[in-house]
Amino acid sequence: MDMFMEILSGIFLLTGALLILAGGIGLIRFPDFYTRMHATGVTDTLASTMIIIGMMLLNPGALAIMKLVIILLLILLTSPTAGHALAKAAFRSGLKPISNNKSQQESKSSKR
Amino acid sequence: MMRYTLSITIALVLFWLMNSGMFTPIILMLGVVSVALVVFIARRMDVVDYESVPFHLAFRLPRYYGWLMKEIVLSNIKVVKHIVLGKAYISPSMATIKICAKTDMGKVILANSITLTPGTVAIELEDDEITVHALLHEDLEALKAGEMDRRVCQLEKS
Repeated sequence: MDMFMEILSGIFLLTGALLILAGGIGLIRFPDFYTRMHATGVTDTLASTMIIIGMMLLNPGALAIMKLVIILLLILLTSPTAGHALAKAAFRSGLKPISNNKSQQESKSSKR
Repeated sequence: MMRYTLSITIALVLFWLMNSGMFTPIILMLGVVSVALVVFIARRMDVVDYESVPFHLAFRLPRYYGWLMKEIVLSNIKVVKHIVLGKAYISPSMATIKICAKTDMGKVILANSITLTPGTVAIELEDDEITVHALLHEDLEALKAGEMDRRVCQLEKS
């Protein structure tokens, strides 16, 4: 049983780590500020959830699990607030998103 | 007012017990004193009301959170897929959408849910309009269709 739990938690932790890696890669690959913010969204939500679930499975105590739930709720409540503050600050100071859908279609047709 | 004070006291006591996990008399006494102090200060600051203690939502929130979790997982998979595919396949776009949520609480829940799902970020929230930036144009269309808006509206209707 212990072995099973450890393997299960390992799977969750590994998935979380891979998702954080994906978020980091997206941060480098995407072209502008706003699209990069979407990439970090992966790290904020599913990756941290996966890692915290992995830690819960390793820990038998009810108190520790409660604390991990509180940490998870705190992350899920604060990260969109911070993200919104960032996006709003960028938008208010005049940073325009690179391309809306129309110019995207134009760039696609010009490539052909 | 009284019931809000009562529910915030219960919440704080549970939070204390959860965090301490020790049940010796002296520790419990310290807990009682600090909970009483926090409730007293909160009442003096006049922040004990339906916004800080939203227990009218307590019974409907779990269902909404369940649906939101599903949406978060699905959009995470989508965004990771587009990170792998690269920037040739994304279609960043921005639009202003009308929302039906009336109360401040509903608007905040909606804006936070939009930002929480990867691929969409709420940039501006004014009166009954919300400006959203999306990684993919189809996500924006899905928001315009208003599934999330409808659910938040249902949530705040008491």
